[in-house]
Amino acid sequence: MSKIIEGLYYSESHEYVKVEGNIGFIGISDYAQHELGDVVYVDMPEVDDEVSAGEEFGAVESVKAASDLISPVSGTVVEINEALEDEPGLVNKDSYENWIIKVELSDESELEKLMNAEAYKAFIGE
Amino acid sequence: MAENKRTCLYDKHLELGALMSPFAGFDMPIQYSNIVTEHNAVRNEVGVFDVSHMGEVEITGPEAEKFVNYIFTNDITDAPEGKIFYGMMLYPDGGTVDDLLVYKVAENDLFLVINAGNIDKDVAWINEQAAKFDVKVDHQSDYYGQLAVQGPESEKALLDVLKIDGSDLVFYTFKKMEYDGETIIVSRTGYTGEDGFEIYASHAAINKMWDLLIAAGVQPCGLGCRDTLRFEVGLPLYGDELTAEISPIMATLGIFVKLDKGDFIGRDACAKQKEEGSAKKLVGLELKDKAIARHGYEVLQGEKVVGYVTTGYRGISVDKSLAFALVDREAGALGNELSVRIRKKVFPCEVVKKRFYKKSYKK
Repeated sequence: MSKIIEGLYYSESHEYVKVEGNIGFIGISDYAQHELGDVVYVDMPEVDDEVSAGEEFGAVESVKAASDLISPVSGTVVEINEALEDEPGLVNKDSYENWIIKVELSDESELEKLMNAEAYKAFIGE
Repeated sequence: MAENKRTCLYDKHLELGALMSPFAGFDMPIQYSNIVTEHNAVRNEVGVFDVSHMGEVEITGPEAEKFVNYIFTNDITDAPEGKIFYGMMLYPDGGTVDDLLVYKVAENDLFLVINAGNIDKDVAWINEQAAKFDVKVDHQSDYYGQLAVQGPESEKALLDVLKIDGSDLVFYTFKKMEYDGETIIVSRTGYTGEDGFEIYASHAAINKMWDLLIAAGVQPCGLGCRDTLRFEVGLPLYGDELTAEISPIMATLGIFVKLDKGDFIGRDACAKQKEEGSAKKLVGLELKDKAIARHGYEVLQGEKVVGYVTTGYRGISVDKSLAFALVDREAGALGNELSVRIRKKVFPCEVVKKRFYKKSYKK
């Protein structure tokens, strides 16, 4: 049973957004980290890069495969989780605690197109 | 689309909760727990793999040795019974039909072990070449199941759990023995860089041995760690490092190509490549970053594309980001600074030896 947190927004490609003010914390869901297996590398953008909803902004790599990260929202990267550079496996330990990038949201209405916890739970079939 | 084939242990994999995935036309277990755990079990203790998807062909008849020498790159002339050879079958242009093992069973009796994904192609190829020789080609893939028991404790596991004594076998030798009322083949071979054994037997016997090994606590291992294990010790995988376009000379496996043994298919092409230097060669790459170079990614020297990645991983026993790549020969000199394009970025790397981790065979 995957962990799903109330109050977050989820995408069909299994990223989440946690919103605080106009900042979105973007990471991958617990379901996604479990499906991937041991994460050995997280490819992240740089601070001040622009990300767009529906577009790739990096990748999470497990031993076996690389999986693109698709941004659920548009905005400007204000911080990347540097801890993941040395310890990518943190994503497996707690993917919600260990977000990947922080984005200053440029269009908060995009959040409405994402799933809430209940809808995401149904989406992954749990 | 045709349904994937299943090995005789398919139901056992499901019972163990394996992640199953299509490979070479079969539904195969990729992992049971996770790749790192299974990889480390083989490096440090012992693990068991279902490799029943591999194909088997037995060649007999008055010209069996002559014939196999004609389609195979290694030299089996007058080999002692019980010896095993690694080599390739080649096309006339030097491209690789398959890489395989040849077991010398008896005089003019040779047992070939071929890759699962190439079974149909290989059997057709062998039959086509056999027309000119006095031999019988017997395709036995449907009869044999196969287990690979691999790791430093594999000899002990065979003895304690299966009552099979492999202590008299050295690396790349085999014996036939009786097990449960049938004749099985036990060889000291593998695809992990560790000491280990491969067992060929009927589906019933393979199921029985698998159950005993699992019940005794031997780690079941999937194809995921089979690939990371073989990669770290520099072993090629057909489809990645050897293909119809990649000759063994290009793959730097010339040691298995015996140019002076007499004529064989692909000999002249290999001799030419060896003499003149092949246009492409397979090299090892060590990335300076943690990014992982995957199959098909471009390799660059400066701005110029000089080749592509054939296999790449974050090493498990070696904590580095490593790859094999097929590159232009001049670009592939040891110590050269190249780079790999990974998604939108370019990561620097150095040409290194392909053997990233030391093999531990029982010679």
